[in-house]
This record gives sequence, C-alpha cells and structure tokens, in this order.
Amino acid sequence: MKSGAFSWFWKSVLVLLLATMSFAIAQGQDLKSFEQRITTKVLPNGVTLIICERPEAPVFSYSTFIDAGDVNDPSGESGLAHMFEHLAFKGTSEIGTKDWPAEKVALAKVEAANDAYEAEYLKPVGRDPKKLAELHKVFVEAQNEAHKYVIPNQFTEVAEANGAHGLNAQTGLDDTQYFWSMPENRLELWAWLESDRLADTVPREFYKERDVVMEERRMRTDSNPIGRLVEQFLATAYVAHNYGRSGVGWPSELSQISATEAMAFHKKYYVGGDIVVAVVGDVKASEAMPMLEKYFSKVPGGPKPEEMTTVEPKQFAEKSVIIREQTQPFYIEGYHRPSYRDPDDAVFDAIQDIMSNGRVSRLYRSLVEQQQIAAEAEGFSPFPGDKYPSLFAFYAVPLPGHTPAEMREAIHKEIDKLKTTDVTDAELQMYKTRARADLLRGLADNQGLASALSEYQTRYGDWRELFLQLDKVDKVTKADIRRVANQVFVASNRTSAEIDTEAPAIAKQDGGTE
Amino acid sequence: MRNVQMKQNERNLGSPRRDLRRQTVIGALCLAFLGSAILSAQQSKPWEKIPIPKLHAFNPQEPKRIELKNGIVVFLQEDHELPFISGSVLIPGGSRDVETAKAGLIDLYGMAWRTSGTAKMDGDAMDDFLEARAAHIETGGDVDSTAISWDSLKGDSDQVFALAMDLLFHPKFNEEKLQLAKQQEATGIVRRNDDEGGIADREAMKLVYGANSPYTRQPELATVGAVSLADLQAWHDRSLKGKLIVGISGDFDPVAMEAKVRAAFEGLPPVEAAPPRHDEFAGPKPGVYFINKEDVNQSNVEIVGLGTDRRNPDVPALAVMNEILGGGFGSRLFQKVRTELGLAYAVGGGFGLAYDHPAAFRAMVMTKSASTVDATKAALAEIAGLNTKPFTETELNRAKDDILSSFLFRYDTRDKVLAERERLEFYGYPADYLETYKAGLEKVALADLTAVAKKYVHPDKLAVLVVGNGPQIEPSLDKLNLGPIQTIDISIPQPGRPASVEK
Repeated sequence: MKSGAFSWFWKSVLVLLLATMSFAIAQGQDLKSFEQRITTKVLPNGVTLIICERPEAPVFSYSTFIDAGDVNDPSGESGLAHMFEHLAFKGTSEIGTKDWPAEKVALAKVEAANDAYEAEYLKPVGRDPKKLAELHKVFVEAQNEAHKYVIPNQFTEVAEANGAHGLNAQTGLDDTQYFWSMPENRLELWAWLESDRLADTVPREFYKERDVVMEERRMRTDSNPIGRLVEQFLATAYVAHNYGRSGVGWPSELSQISATEAMAFHKKYYVGGDIVVAVVGDVKASEAMPMLEKYFSKVPGGPKPEEMTTVEPKQFAEKSVIIREQTQPFYIEGYHRPSYRDPDDAVFDAIQDIMSNGRVSRLYRSLVEQQQIAAEAEGFSPFPGDKYPSLFAFYAVPLPGHTPAEMREAIHKEIDKLKTTDVTDAELQMYKTRARADLLRGLADNQGLASALSEYQTRYGDWRELFLQLDKVDKVTKADIRRVANQVFVASNRTSAEIDTEAPAIAKQDGGTE
Repeated sequence: MRNVQMKQNERNLGSPRRDLRRQTVIGALCLAFLGSAILSAQQSKPWEKIPIPKLHAFNPQEPKRIELKNGIVVFLQEDHELPFISGSVLIPGGSRDVETAKAGLIDLYGMAWRTSGTAKMDGDAMDDFLEARAAHIETGGDVDSTAISWDSLKGDSDQVFALAMDLLFHPKFNEEKLQLAKQQEATGIVRRNDDEGGIADREAMKLVYGANSPYTRQPELATVGAVSLADLQAWHDRSLKGKLIVGISGDFDPVAMEAKVRAAFEGLPPVEAAPPRHDEFAGPKPGVYFINKEDVNQSNVEIVGLGTDRRNPDVPALAVMNEILGGGFGSRLFQKVRTELGLAYAVGGGFGLAYDHPAAFRAMVMTKSASTVDATKAALAEIAGLNTKPFTETELNRAKDDILSSFLFRYDTRDKVLAERERLEFYGYPADYLETYKAGLEKVALADLTAVAKKYVHPDKLAVLVVGNGPQIEPSLDKLNLGPIQTIDISIPQPGRPASVEK
C-alpha cells in the first residue's frame, strides 16, 4: 500500500542521479579526505580509471560512464545508442559463443540477408510482396543458423553466478552507464568482463534484441499516457537539436536499425577518450590499479568524436500540445535554459529547490495546500538532458474536477512572484543547507558514489568538482534568482503540453474515467 | 512491513520521472538472476582462469538489542562514517486490520498524522523547522504496520528526536489536513485506471486473494469519504498499545542514546499482543480473465496462483526454483520469452515468499497485442515445464551460485543489518534467520527441486489475467484453450457526492 503526499520518489531519484550534476557537496575537509582515498589514472588509450577506497564491507560497485547517448544517434537511426547498450550484454568473441570464427561468418550472412530484405522493403515503387516474403524467410533462416553458435546470456550469467548485484545499464540522451556491485574478491573477474565487453562487442542476436527494445518502447511510451505526452512535448519544444527526438527511437527508425549501424556507433563512440570507469568499495588502489590498467588497455584508443554542431535556435513563439483522450488530466510546461556549464547552473538548482522541494516548497504550498487544486506540483531541471541547453519544466497533477488550465494559471502566478519579488533569506539558506546535506548523504553509498565520480570526471574533467560545486551553490543570490527567472520564464520561450480528458463513448465497458 | 523510508513514499500519479529519460537493459520485474545455458566443451573460458582470492574477513556489525520491561524492543546501530542520525518506530497493525467500509484509512492516517503535527507544533511549522535543517520526520502505513521515522544531521538530532516523540505520543489530528489527504487519495483513485501496469498488479492480486480480502480491497471514493478525524485518533490510540520496535542508527554515543530512548519509551504500559488473524487463502479461480484498455498497444499478462510464507521449510528449495523459473537473464522464462522469442522486454516471476501469510505465485510478461497468445502460451509452458522438464545440475548450481554469491548484499551496510533485525523482530522470526536460510539454500539438491515443483506447481490452479487492447489481440484469447474468457469490470464506483469535493 502506498501513502504519502507526493512523489518523493521522483525527488530522491533526482537527488541521487540527475542532481549529481548540480548539487555538490561537503566541506573542504571532506574533499581532502576523498583526495586521500581516490586515485585516478588516464591510460594511453584515453580511458580514465578512478578508484575510491571505502572498505566498509568486502564489496565494490562500479560505474562505466560513456560520453555518448541517444543524442548522438545519426539521423534516421533514433534509438541506436540504447540498442547498442542492449548489445553490450550479449557477450564477445570469447564469451557467449561456441565457435566464434564460424559464428562470425554466420553473422555476416545475417547482415547480408537483412540488407537485402530492407532494400526491398524500402522500395518506394515496385515492391514485390512475394520477393519480400522470400527475403524475410532467408533473413530468419540466417538468424537461426547464427543462433546455433550462441550460448545465450552467458556474459550476464557469469556475472550473476559471481555475485553481481544490481546489474543493469541505462542509456540517456547524453550518456550511457553500465553498473553493478560485486564481492571484492571478484574485482579481477569484473575487470575482464567489463573491459572485454567494451572492447570486443559482437553483433550477436541483434535482431531479436531489437524486438525486445520495441517492447520496451511500447511499455514506456506507447502504452503510458505520460510517456506519450512527454514524447510529444519534447518533439514540440525542440526544432533543431536532438533533445527533441524520441530517445528510445521512433518506431519506424528503431525497427530498422541494423547491427552494422550499432557496430559503427560502437567504433565511433566507445573509444578510450569517451570512457570513465569508477570503482568504489573495498579495493586497494596500489594493488588494483596496475591490474585494471592491464585489462582496460584493451579498449580501442582514438580521439573523442567531434562535438555536435547543432545548437537549438532561440525560441520566439509559444507552442502547445493538447492531447484529448480518456485519461486523467495533466499539465507540463518547459522553458529553454542553458547547459550545465552555464555560470547560472546553480541558480536553476536554487529555483528548483525553492519551487519544488518538499512541503515547504512554493508550488506545494500554493497549488496543493492553499488553493487545493493539485495533488502534486513541481518544477525540475535540466530536462531531458544536461549536456546541452535543455528545459526547465513545471508540471502539476490536477485534483478531480480541476483542469490543466487552472494548473497553468497557478504555476504562472508562482513564476511571476519569482520575477517580481526576492525569495526570502530563509528560502535561499534552506536551499544551501539541503544541497550540502544531500551530497553528504550520498557519500555512504558505493554505487551512487561511483556513478557521481564517473559523471563529474566526464563532465568537468575532474571528479573534485563534485565537492567544489558547493562554492557555486553558496554564491547564489536573491538577485540571481530574479534575474534568471526574468530571462528564462517568458511566454515566447515556453512550450506546454496537456491531457484534456475526453468523455468515454457511451456503453463502453472499460471505464476508468469520469 | 516495508523498510522504513525517510522520505514520503512514492505516490505515482504520473510524474515525468527519471525513467522517461532513461531506457535500461532490464525491466523492474527482473529482480535477481541465474542461468541454464549449455556450455560448449570447446570454449576456452578465459574468465575461469582468473583467480578468485579468499573474501576479506567480514563480521557485519549487529545492532544492540534492548528489550524494555514493557516489551518494547529497541535496536541501536552505531555508524560513525557520516554525521547523521536516523530512527524509526515500527507499529503493528495496518490496512489489513481496517474494516472494509473504511478502506483507505491507513493511507489517510499515514499522510494526516505527519501533516497535522502536534499541539506544540503544527504540521506546517514542523515542515519549516525541519526543512531549514535538511531534516525529515515522516509517517506512513502499510498492509501490516505503520511507522514514524526521522533523520537529521547529528547536531540537530536532539531537537528532531524530541519532535518525533511529540508527534508519536501527542499528535493532534487536524480536519483540514485530513481533507487534504482525502483529496490526494481521491486523485489516486480516479487515476488508477490510467496506468496499465497498475491495473494488472491490482487486479491480479484480487484474483489471488479475492476482491474483498483484507490484503487487496481497495480504497474507493465512498470508503475514503467515510473516514473521520475520530477514526484516525482511535486507530492511533489502539495501535500504540502494540509491541513497538524502535531502531536508531548513525553517529551517536550509545550510552547517551540508550538513556534517551529508555526515557521516552520505558514509561509506557506493557504492550498488548496483536490478536491472531484468521485469514483464509483459497487461491484464484482458474480461468482466463480480461480487462479491455484501448489506448495501449501492449498486453500485460499475469499468471497467478497462491504462494507461501517463509516459515515453510520448503522455502529454500522454492527460492532456488524461483531463480530457475524467472529470476533473471538466465532463467527459463527470460531465456525463452525474451532472448529466444523476442516477445517481451519485461518477463519474470516466481513464488512470492511473505513473512506471515501466503504470498502469491506470479509470472508476468508484457508483449505487443498481436503476440499476447503466443507469449502467454510460452510462459505457461515454462511454468508447466517445472514438472515435466527435468532440472539439470547446471541449472541447480548456477541458481545457487547466483543467490549465494550475492547473499552478502543482504547485509553489506549497517542500515541493512538493522532493517533485517527489525523485520525479524516484527514477524517473530529468530535473529539468526538469514544464517539458517543460507544453510538451507546450500543444501538444496535436485531431488528437492523436483519435490517442490510437484508439491506447489499446479498449472490447472492458475488464473491468467490479460490487460490489453481487445481489438488488437489477434489471435484472440480463446486460442489459449483455457475456457471462456471472463471480463472484469474495473469502472470506478462514483458515489453521489465524491469525497474529493468535501471541503
């Protein structure tokens, strides 16, 4: 059974993952103590290794952070980075195969068969259904042939039989992370597994996995009202930058991604300079670093790929999306804001905290407690990514009988207050106190710390920024908040999206809406 | 009981959460994993040549247990790594102990207790006080318990502890805050059919336990409307007579902390034992059940039956069988339905193991509308296969390796050790339960698996629930050949005057 007033889960996730980019923490002496426990090394191939000694229990956690995500998917191939992430669990030429040389030949035949099928399928005129069916049959047979050499899921099985805990990966628009925890005596085994799959991914069972990812899209986006709404919201907010593109992939593109494309993505982005690996736990750097160096030197070197040229142009007209369907009403709006490297990054964090954090937050007190029109109301940022200029978004969940229009009006009133009146000293101090405490709380978790260290190392070139950012938090002023609110929260910079509930057709049995 | 959370619990009304930014390789259902692949003799297996040294010695620090004369139990778990102190009081009695006409009372109680506050400091003032210190006090409820918990920096901990005790012993329930909670609850009720996964979860459990069972009955607008302020106070007064379990962890001096906790709790009267429950668990009526939802393109399929509780001596063998059936990447369900057939992203399942009542057996698969019948048949075949497809040594060993080599993660932090001890105390299990359980797992043999499969796996007693888009499901569900399809009506009862507009 659930209880509680609003989605603290969302908030705690923000604090742990998303906000690692922005909240930073702890005093000088903490940084000093971490400097004594953290060892970093950049290998000749460009891979950065970080070891943080925290021998509280005989376990370690790791995070491999790849500076590439679905924002890097080539045109026509949305969903590619995520598809590749799934492939990275399928094994290598050494694990997951009964006979790699023979499997390699069979996989080449699968690609040729897929190419032939796709060529016929995509013919604008003159597609021959009979030929298409034959080509599909050849494609399926080629997969069946290749499957004979596969030992399914051997990579993950070896990890799990050796105590891997919390094994998973996640692909965002900006980056891809792989992670799990293990007993400390499996450190070398882990180093073999992780370096092998980074360096030697093979296109095994790609097309079955593509079907699996299509199901993931159906679950997260197509069959979820908020998933559908957010996909349209972002596609509307952005006109040029890839932040507006479906991260999991548009169905037509995702369903036609090929293994060749996935391997090309690997070749381009999974190079040493794009990879940071952080290990936190019962690990001695003096012993472990030479061993890790040996394994991770296998990763191909090469320069970081070129940065993308696209910059989202300034929005000059308000945009809106209205979805009319038989689900309950919902409202979200977003304003373009700069990336995490902007000097005002901490000012956005302060606004988020004051507007959204807990029962004292302005949106909760106004929309939930006083006006009693919403069950939840929050602002959050950056969304949907942080590496490039993104959005500051606000959303509200209307109480029964209340409308998206009321949410919008009430949110705008609170935004106007930010623009015209200084926040109080108490509010600003509260933000600073909570930022410090939240960072401190995160330091006792191996997995969270590994993730934060690898992310800060990638984004700032130095994990120390995790701690040093507290200086930026401390420097935020009331004037900064008013200035930024006036710059960013203007109508011409706004995109909104809402669900307006449609009455059900009469005599329908499935009910569920008023 | 659930681990006491410092933060208010998630109320999933559909926030655009982090999951919308992230795709992952495995879905939420795949909790733990194991394997069954046939290894080839030719493989060189370089990973097997990597030495695995002896694990560093580790004696997890047990909390100090103090039983007060009145029967209240206190656990103190020192942890000086960071300057925080947190605590909780676990209180027996939860939603299963509430009358059906007031279903939802515990949700309302969990919210309004904290937001109301006390005579000395009302809930809003408490919010200001705590947030300025990055501290928290929260209250909440579950099926068998309620709890208050707190957390603060060490320097604020005396004040926060005093405030938490004031809220525990002298709450002043407030009508406005109850109304606020009712609005929140009503919002959850009217939105509950928007989320396909939520419908499947809820209705599957209703099939197992019965729609009006204490374990599944759901709050409705009318039952929420029926809860009064006096009901909250009466619940509070009654539940505080039970055996409280106090847990404190963090950066404190143990002597001073013990004195402080004794001073707060020793004066209470002797605890009253909870009356025994007499629940009946018949399990589902076998058959195929269907809920139509036309705004989705994927079916949520739940295959459910009755599970067991952890006092059952067969639990270690059942846990190993769970790994083999639906534990993760290497499990039969995952290997077949996801890896081999590509029919699902989320697939998994097994026998639920609860502490004081039979949990459910549950297997689930989410698949595109058109493959609903194929995926359901494949999952059913794997369940039936537990009795017909012999378990192999490879499967057994890998399942045991999976569970045992990650067993460490049940107690790798002091907070986890504390939470486990509180859980065992709450349900009356011996303190060495984990060790006994582990020893049991180590002993599981092939014959045990065959025996538990025979004893507990009865495909003819399972119910199949499909939530999906009827017109898109082709071939249709009658192709499952499991009898007539029974449609479940999930429309939300609308009382004449909804609770949500009572102000």
